[in-house]
Amino acid sequence: MGAGIFSFSSGDWREGIFAAMKREAVAQMAYVPDAGHASLIKVCHADADIDCTVCTTEEEGVALLAGAELGGDRGVMLMQSSGVGNCVNMFSLLKSCGFPFVTIVTMRGEWAEFNPWQVPMGQATEETFRRSGFIVYRADTGEDAAAMTESAIRLAYDSNCAVAVLLSQRLIGAKDF
Amino acid sequence: MIERREAVAEILKDRPDNMLVITGLGSPTYDVAAAGDVAKNFYLWGAMGGAASMGLGLAQAQPEARVLVITGDGEMLMGLGSLATVGGKQPANLAVLVIDNEAFGETGGQQSHTGRTTNLAAVALACGFRQVLTAHKRDEIVGLKDMMLSAQGPVLGVIKVSSGELARVLPERNGHAIRNTFKQAVK
Repeated sequence: MGAGIFSFSSGDWREGIFAAMKREAVAQMAYVPDAGHASLIKVCHADADIDCTVCTTEEEGVALLAGAELGGDRGVMLMQSSGVGNCVNMFSLLKSCGFPFVTIVTMRGEWAEFNPWQVPMGQATEETFRRSGFIVYRADTGEDAAAMTESAIRLAYDSNCAVAVLLSQRLIGAKDF
Repeated sequence: MIERREAVAEILKDRPDNMLVITGLGSPTYDVAAAGDVAKNFYLWGAMGGAASMGLGLAQAQPEARVLVITGDGEMLMGLGSLATVGGKQPANLAVLVIDNEAFGETGGQQSHTGRTTNLAAVALACGFRQVLTAHKRDEIVGLKDMMLSAQGPVLGVIKVSSGELARVLPERNGHAIRNTFKQAVK
């Protein structure tokens, strides 16, 4: 499955994430780019029914998807673990107002990491989410990633929760330089 | 110098039914509430730096609405990058209005960047906003209001206002209640 002018390569497990987003009628996608999300970002951009917004910093995406929800749109935010710390105060918007929110986070700094600067935020990511009131899923396989995305969107928008799906660095593949 | 509450009241007087307003925390929230506490106002009491981004998400979800973000210079400065994000998306139905007292009014009136070197209208223009306008005098508000209401977005207006604290007009603070009220009105 793919959309428009770009399709996933065969075997790209991100196709399952995209399929879950489509089944759950995601209308807006906000992101700060990450290599681990690259094919998913391309396919979302090629989909006429998903309005994609590239942000200069991750907290913009949190506020943006809260605004989208006020107007009736479901959203998903894509970011990498280093961006989670940028969002901490903006997460109070979700908690204070009971906004549904879903983010899919590519993990760095946890599995054969090459760049030591990624380790502090990577190691703090899960606890940062939990302390900000999120329900946290961790995907170690492509099947997990697809099923957890679907569950996260339903949980968020049916039960007014903030949910993070962490894509483990072992799944994504450690980055090499 | 322009008095902020009068200026906001003039901008919102006889507002069209399709207008949705998001306020940046602090004085803009009080100014908008003083002009009329209606269901189509979403009041921020925190989330500093997020007002313009929130307006963008709402504008994209509600293309038939006119979304007006009314915020302060300090809040806009904290979300300066969001001007680039808005410029990149070119939402035709989004207007941002900065009530600029050149100070951090809530925290003791410390001078802000707009009182020194930063020109927010110029920043917005450089980020791809289609039109920008800065009003220094009362008689410039009519033209600015016209741009806010009907020019193709994204547009950004700045109203330079006198500093000094006014009586606070406090609307609902419970975010769940604000969200529910707003969503019922937008349905």
